[in-house]
Amino acid sequence: MSLSNEFRDPDLCRNLLEQIQHLADTPFRFMEVCGTHTVSIFQSGIKSLLPENISHLSGPGCPVCVTHDSEVNTFLALAKEDVLLVTFGDLMRVPGSRGKTLKAAQADGARVNVVYSAFDALQLALANPSQNVVFLAVGFETTAPTVAATLKVAAQQQVDNFFVLPMHKLVPPALQALASDPEIRVDGLLLPGHVSTIIGLEPYMFLAGDYNIPAVISGFEPLDILQSILILLRMHKEKSSAVINNYKRAVADQGNPRAMEVMQEVFKPVNTAWRGLGDIPASGLSLREKYQNFDAREKFNPAPLHTESNPGCKCGQVLKGKILPPQCPLFASVCTPAEPVGPCMVSTEGSCAAFFKYSL
Amino acid sequence: MSEKVLLDYGSGGKASQRLIRDIFLKHLGNPGLNRLDDAALIQDISGPLAVSTDTFTIFPLFFPGGDIGSLAVHGTVNDVAMLGAEPRYLSCAFLLEEGLDMQDLDRIAASMGRAAAECGVQVITGDTKVVPRGAADKMFINTTGIGKVIADPAPSGSRAEPGDAVLISGTLGDHGLAILTYRQGLKFETDIQSDSQALNSLTSRLIREVGDVHVLRDPTRGGLATTLNEIASQSGCEILLQEDQVPVRREVQGGCSFLGLDPLYLANEGKFICILPEDLTIKALEVMRSHPAGRDAALIGHVREGQKGRVVLRTSLGGHRLLDMLEGEQLPRIC
Amino acid sequence: MCLAIPMEVVSIEDNVANVEVGGVKNQVRLDIVDQVPAVGDFVIVHAGFALRCLDRQEGLETLKLFQDGLGLELIK
Repeated sequence: MSLSNEFRDPDLCRNLLEQIQHLADTPFRFMEVCGTHTVSIFQSGIKSLLPENISHLSGPGCPVCVTHDSEVNTFLALAKEDVLLVTFGDLMRVPGSRGKTLKAAQADGARVNVVYSAFDALQLALANPSQNVVFLAVGFETTAPTVAATLKVAAQQQVDNFFVLPMHKLVPPALQALASDPEIRVDGLLLPGHVSTIIGLEPYMFLAGDYNIPAVISGFEPLDILQSILILLRMHKEKSSAVINNYKRAVADQGNPRAMEVMQEVFKPVNTAWRGLGDIPASGLSLREKYQNFDAREKFNPAPLHTESNPGCKCGQVLKGKILPPQCPLFASVCTPAEPVGPCMVSTEGSCAAFFKYSL
Repeated sequence: MSEKVLLDYGSGGKASQRLIRDIFLKHLGNPGLNRLDDAALIQDISGPLAVSTDTFTIFPLFFPGGDIGSLAVHGTVNDVAMLGAEPRYLSCAFLLEEGLDMQDLDRIAASMGRAAAECGVQVITGDTKVVPRGAADKMFINTTGIGKVIADPAPSGSRAEPGDAVLISGTLGDHGLAILTYRQGLKFETDIQSDSQALNSLTSRLIREVGDVHVLRDPTRGGLATTLNEIASQSGCEILLQEDQVPVRREVQGGCSFLGLDPLYLANEGKFICILPEDLTIKALEVMRSHPAGRDAALIGHVREGQKGRVVLRTSLGGHRLLDMLEGEQLPRIC
Repeated sequence: MCLAIPMEVVSIEDNVANVEVGGVKNQVRLDIVDQVPAVGDFVIVHAGFALRCLDRQEGLETLKLFQDGLGLELIK
C-alpha cells in the first residue's frame, strides 16, 4: 500500500484540527513555498477549516510562476525557429511580454509537444534525427536531476539534435532572500516535501539558525500538512525554532546524494532573475562546459522580445507574503487565470490562481 | 473502390454514388435513407420536437471503447435525450480528408450502423464532402438528431430548484482518461475504456417511471464540474457537491494522480446528471441502477439558495471550497 | 511545486522499472534513485523518474502515532 489514503483519513485529520484549534489562541502566520502545498491546502478544504487566528501565506513555490518574462520571451523566440519545442504542460499558458504564450504560438503554427518527462523529449529527438528538438527545462531541485540524467544519456549516445533551455531554479536561495527581507513577517515555514527528497535537511538549517524561523519539511496529504502546521504552531508557542523533517517516509535527512551528484555533474549554480522577486544570487542552474553543446541558447541564439514589467502588478508582494491575493488591485478584475498579468496568477499553483479558483 | 478516399468521392458523380452505396447504405441503410432524396420526409412524429446538432473531431479516430462513428451517434442521441425526448432520426454529414483509409471509413460507418441500431435511431439523410489533403484532420462528422419530447415540462438546465437532489448515472472521467492514453508524449497503459454509450433508453424510463425530472445533462467537455456550473448559472442557484459521494474508478483516480489531473474536469460520453425533487431520489436511483447504463448511479449533492451560479464542494475532510468551471484544456503537469 | 506520487514496482529491467498505481501502469527511470528498489516496493515518481523508495515502515510508524493520539511526539 502506498499509504496515501491513510494519510487522508478524515477522522485523524479532524483530531489534528482540534489540536490546532486548541493551540491557536494567538495570531500565527505560516508560509508554504510549494505550489503543490498551496493546491493541497485549498483543494482538501483545509483552508476553510483552519481557525481564524491562523494566516496561510503562499510564497514563491511554483517554478513555473517564477519563470522570468525574459525566459518566456526566449522560448517564444525559439518557437519561431525550425525546431520542435517540447515542454511540460505547465508552461503552455505562461505569458511573456505582451501576453504572448506558447499555446498561442502553437495556434500560430509553432511545433510544440507536451510531455510528462524530460526523457520523453530525448526519445522524440532519437525518433526524429533530422529534427532539432528543444526541451524547456523548468522545475526546482526535484526536476533538475531528471533533466541532468537525461542529458547524461544524451551525451553517452552522442545525440546531436537534442537541446535544452535551462530555466531551473533552486529553493534555498529563494528562502534566504525571503528570510533576509526585513519586511517579511512569517512565524513558520512549510518546506517542500519533494524538493527535500533530493536536497535533505541541511540546506534549510540557516532558517532556524540565522533567522529563528521554525520550518517543517512536509508531505502533501491532508494529514501531513495538518501535522506540520501543528508542529510549527507548537514551536511558535514555545518560542523555539528548528528545522524538522516531517516527511520521513519520503525524505531522508541526508536527501538523495546520488540525485544531487547527477544534478551537479551537469549543472552549475548561476545568478538568476525570478519573476516577482528579482535577481537572486546562485539561485538558477546553467549547463557546465562539458554539456554546453546541449544548450539551446548557444545553438540557436534566439532573439527574445524586450522585457516590460507591469507597474500595477503586485506579485512581488504576494510572493513574499506581504499581501494576500485579494489585496492586489488587479486581482480578479484585470488579472484572471484566463488573462494572467503576473506569475501568481499564471500557473494553477500560483497563490492568486489558487485563491481565484478555490476561494469561496 | 480504391484503398484511399479520393477527391472524386466527394464530387457528386459516379464515384460519390459508389461510396454512398458501398459504405453508407451498406451500414446505415433504411427505407428513408435508401430513397436518396435531397431531404428526408418525416411523417410519424407529432407534438413538441427536440433537435440537437454536434460535430465530432476526435483524435485518435479509434480508441478503447469506441470510435468517432459511435461517438457521433451516442453524442447526438444523448443530447436529444437530455431534453426529455426520444431520439428517432439522425442526419449525418461527413467531411473527409483526401487520402483517408477506405477501410477506416468502412469500419467507422459499420460502427455507426451498430450504434444507431442499438439505440433505436435511423440515419435518414446525409452528406459527404472530400477536401484536399491537409484541409481536414482525417475525418469530421456532424450529426443532427430529432426526437419526440415525452416529458412535460421538458427538463432544462434552468429548472433546478433549491432542495433538489443531484444524481449522477455512473463513474466520472473514464472517457477523458481513455483518450489521454493516446496522446502523444504520454505513455501509460490502462484498462480504462471510454464510456461512450447511448443513454436514451434510461432517460426515457426515468421520465416515464419517476416523473418530474428537472434537469438532465451529460457532462461532456469540461467534465462534471463545468456542467454543474452551467446548470447553477442557468437556474440561478447554488449547488453543493459531496466529494466523497462522487463515483470515480480506481484506475481513473490513479491515472489522474499521476498526471496531475482532476477527474471532475474530464470528459464523459456515457453519463448524465439528473436533478430532481429530493423525494424522488430513491425511486430514481432504483431505476438507474437497474439499467446497464446506470449501475453506479449515485446521489452526489443538492441544490440550494446560496450564491447564484456557484458550485461548492464539500471535501472529504469536511471543509468547503469553490468548484470552478474549467478555464481551458487540462494539461499534464509536473507542478 | 512537484507533483510526485508513490507507485508500486512491478518489475525491473536494467535502468527502468515498471510501476503501477490504481491499475495505471507506466515506466520510470532509475538513474537518480539512491537505492535500487525491489519488486513490491513503492517509489516516489516525478516526471518519469523514481526519486526515492517510500519508507513504508516510517509511514506506518507515523500513522500509528496518530492513531494513538500522539501526533506531536514525532518531534525528536
